[in-house]
Amino acid sequence: MTEKPAMTGTPATTQSPAVTNSPALRTKRISAQVRFETVSVLRNGEQLLLSLILPLGMLVFLAKTPLLDALGAIPHGGDPLIVALPGALSLCLASTAFTGQAIATAFDRRYGVLRQLATTPLGTSGLILGKLGAVIAVIIIQFALAFAIAAVLGFTGPVDVLALVCATLLGTAALLSLGLLMAGTVRAEATLAGANLIWVLMAGAGGLVIAHPGEWGTLVGYLPSGALGEAMRAALDGAGFDVKAMIVLLLWGLLGTLAARRWFRFE
Amino acid sequence: MSESALTIRGLHYSYGAHHVVDGIDLDAAPGSILGVLGPNGAGKSTTISLAVGTRAPDAGRVEIFGHDPHREHETTSQLAGVMLQDGGLPMSAKPLQVLRHLASLYSDPVPVDELAEPLGLHEFSTRTIRRLSGGQKQRVALAAALIGRPRLVFLDEPCAGLDPQAREVVHDFIRDLAAGGVTVVLTTHDLAEAEELADEVVVIDRGRIIAQGAPEELRNASPAGRRLEIRVAEGLATAPQTDQDRARLLSAMDAVAPTSATGSSLIVDGELDSHQIARLCTLVAEAGLTITDIDMHSQSLADVFFELTGRPLR
Repeated sequence: MTEKPAMTGTPATTQSPAVTNSPALRTKRISAQVRFETVSVLRNGEQLLLSLILPLGMLVFLAKTPLLDALGAIPHGGDPLIVALPGALSLCLASTAFTGQAIATAFDRRYGVLRQLATTPLGTSGLILGKLGAVIAVIIIQFALAFAIAAVLGFTGPVDVLALVCATLLGTAALLSLGLLMAGTVRAEATLAGANLIWVLMAGAGGLVIAHPGEWGTLVGYLPSGALGEAMRAALDGAGFDVKAMIVLLLWGLLGTLAARRWFRFE
Repeated sequence: MSESALTIRGLHYSYGAHHVVDGIDLDAAPGSILGVLGPNGAGKSTTISLAVGTRAPDAGRVEIFGHDPHREHETTSQLAGVMLQDGGLPMSAKPLQVLRHLASLYSDPVPVDELAEPLGLHEFSTRTIRRLSGGQKQRVALAAALIGRPRLVFLDEPCAGLDPQAREVVHDFIRDLAAGGVTVVLTTHDLAEAEELADEVVVIDRGRIIAQGAPEELRNASPAGRRLEIRVAEGLATAPQTDQDRARLLSAMDAVAPTSATGSSLIVDGELDSHQIARLCTLVAEAGLTITDIDMHSQSLADVFFELTGRPLR
């Protein structure tokens, strides 16, 4: 500012505001926050890489190469999409609900964005609902693209829609609450490093993309990543509802939510 | 409904055993500018967090136009705007995007251009917040605090990092807000800014209010409301007098009014009439010292602040 700009007279803020509270207004504010957060994710290059390019690239890679066959993740000569698609969907969900939200929220916390929004009529509960809504909106976009690519690659089903929706909702609750717990308790730089590392571990060894045999497979089945992978694979390979995996996700969701409520700090 | 825009009574808040806010009482009248001063860690920012309801107090009461900001957040958040010290702006968004989004959260927001124009936000509206200078971010944060058309606004260091021109614009803005009936609670380390803008000042230290009143009242209430400074050509320690001569001079001046010596200055605090000033100057000249300057001034708010809180770094 090199020159003093002309003031436009008395700021309009001096007029008394109409303080209005109603459920419709609250819904409008949360919708605005969902829109803002969703657009922020879709405009951010790193978030796009994490949320869309890597999971969808992996879908194409696993579907078009003999890797899954070689790893024994599918019956010899079987359709790799039966594993590649649920793996990509699980990875999409982990990218958005856990890693993406943990990093974005940690930096928002560091720069005071959470505190600033908490002082607006949106409030803390609206802020959290806005984040949840944005995660769901991005997941819907990811899933639509993943199914479209899988269809192009020859995927024809079966899909147990109810099991897929339940796995998605429970997986989102578990991973988002854990991501927010991390973002609200750990420094932003540590969250950046930790959330990316966990993403790699979930994808590589956590049962998110492929099922692991033996005791390791049993162990990761009790982790959110393994349980989500199992629930997704069951929903897309004709097995339907994997009750054990759903219960594991539900428990992680409850645990993460309680811990985040207890320890999350806005500043 | 309370007459006061902001009422704080018996406010307490602790981090573990550390009492950050230790019994603060405060009132801000509608349309007034209240300056909140204090050294780092004095409890100013925590008091603001408690006042806007983002923290719940351990004890005490806060009311914004008669409403509890913690229990009635949806109401008080539309009455009070907040400019945080750390900006509170999302780094990957552009300034006007942020303001439009914030406007969408209020029922009767100020049109974005009404704030963007006078604060010069259009100059850098194509850049993301991350790429703005500290002063530019401050201007966006100020607009963010005002976008909801508040009747009470908390400004935490609004001019930190601003160049003199931008500072003047922000000062004009703050004056215009108050003139239009908006109450401004201004937290600042800049004592001259508080002196220039505030109708009333509170000094907080170690979580307590240690002084409160109009800047003029605080200056006058100080034991040394006015100060005479007599500067001499040579440093007093190296002047060609013996220690005895210097002690005799100070003693003679002390008999007229309380005097202290520092560097090349003799400082006399208190209200002095012309005879006393003449007598003091005569004593200095008779002691063989060459007077280079005589300055009579009122204590500034900064003098009062240091007197109250001390000079050592915290």
